[in-house]
Amino acid sequence: MRAPNRRDDEVRQLLDTPHPVVPAGLVASAAARGRRTVRRRRLARQVLWVLLVAAVVAGIVLAVVTWPDRQDPAGGDTGDGTWWSPVGMGPISAPFLR
Amino acid sequence: MTSNTWLPSHGRVGKRRAAAEIRRDAEFAAFTAGAAGRLLHTATLLTGDREQAERLLTATLARTYADWLRLRADDPYDQARAELVRRFACRPWWRRPRGGVLARLTAQERLVVTMRYFEGVAEEQTAAQLGLPTDRVRAIGARATATLRSRRYDPAGPAPRAADRTEGRPPSGRPQEPARTVAEARDRADRAARRAAEKVAP
Repeated sequence: MRAPNRRDDEVRQLLDTPHPVVPAGLVASAAARGRRTVRRRRLARQVLWVLLVAAVVAGIVLAVVTWPDRQDPAGGDTGDGTWWSPVGMGPISAPFLR
Repeated sequence: MTSNTWLPSHGRVGKRRAAAEIRRDAEFAAFTAGAAGRLLHTATLLTGDREQAERLLTATLARTYADWLRLRADDPYDQARAELVRRFACRPWWRRPRGGVLARLTAQERLVVTMRYFEGVAEEQTAAQLGLPTDRVRAIGARATATLRSRRYDPAGPAPRAADRTEGRPPSGRPQEPARTVAEARDRADRAARRAAEKVAP
């Protein structure tokens, strides 16, 4: 805090006038406007939530409907108790698995 | 309040929201009863015009009302003043203020003078709210002070200051720390006048 200054005090005296009288309907109209804003915000939030839920549901449905059928890879079961993975582990023999 | 009572939670949510609305209305009414005059004074100093100040104050109070439940422990007056300042500072250049006590100052100088000298906001806080460096705020304030002191602008002639002063004194001998800002002193004077009027009325 700096020391009081005479020049600043003069400006403060210039500003030192009584508060103006607030008109009667101003606060009521401001509250009404604020209420409208609140309602608009609530509506916007509800619309956004509905859109979000709809998007998630649509995504799930699309994924379920258009999921590609499982295709057996070229390799796999060889029929003699051994199998190999197409991913790249190479042939795994039965004794090794045991 | 709510029409669907077949789900218990729905009725409860409606009641809670209604209670919040009632609380908001009551608290907002109490807040405006105490602070609207001071905010209108600030807006009048900024815009220089009564009608514009009322419009600015209405917009500010509407925003404050809408945000009331969000500001939990913050001072609503500080929030409202920040909103007022923001709304005024974001105005385009063709809506520049004219007239009023600070008629010879630019919009930025009006902002600095009003916040620094009328509201008593610290330099750093003023700078943060206006998005300026602190030195710049100090320089603007010094320039505005020099402008105001160079030739006093007084459209209505010298106001009866001494009468106001004596009227604004607290009536009782209760020890009270001196007001730190102009706005605070005016608040006290208003409150004392209202108390005196209430004492006379009944």
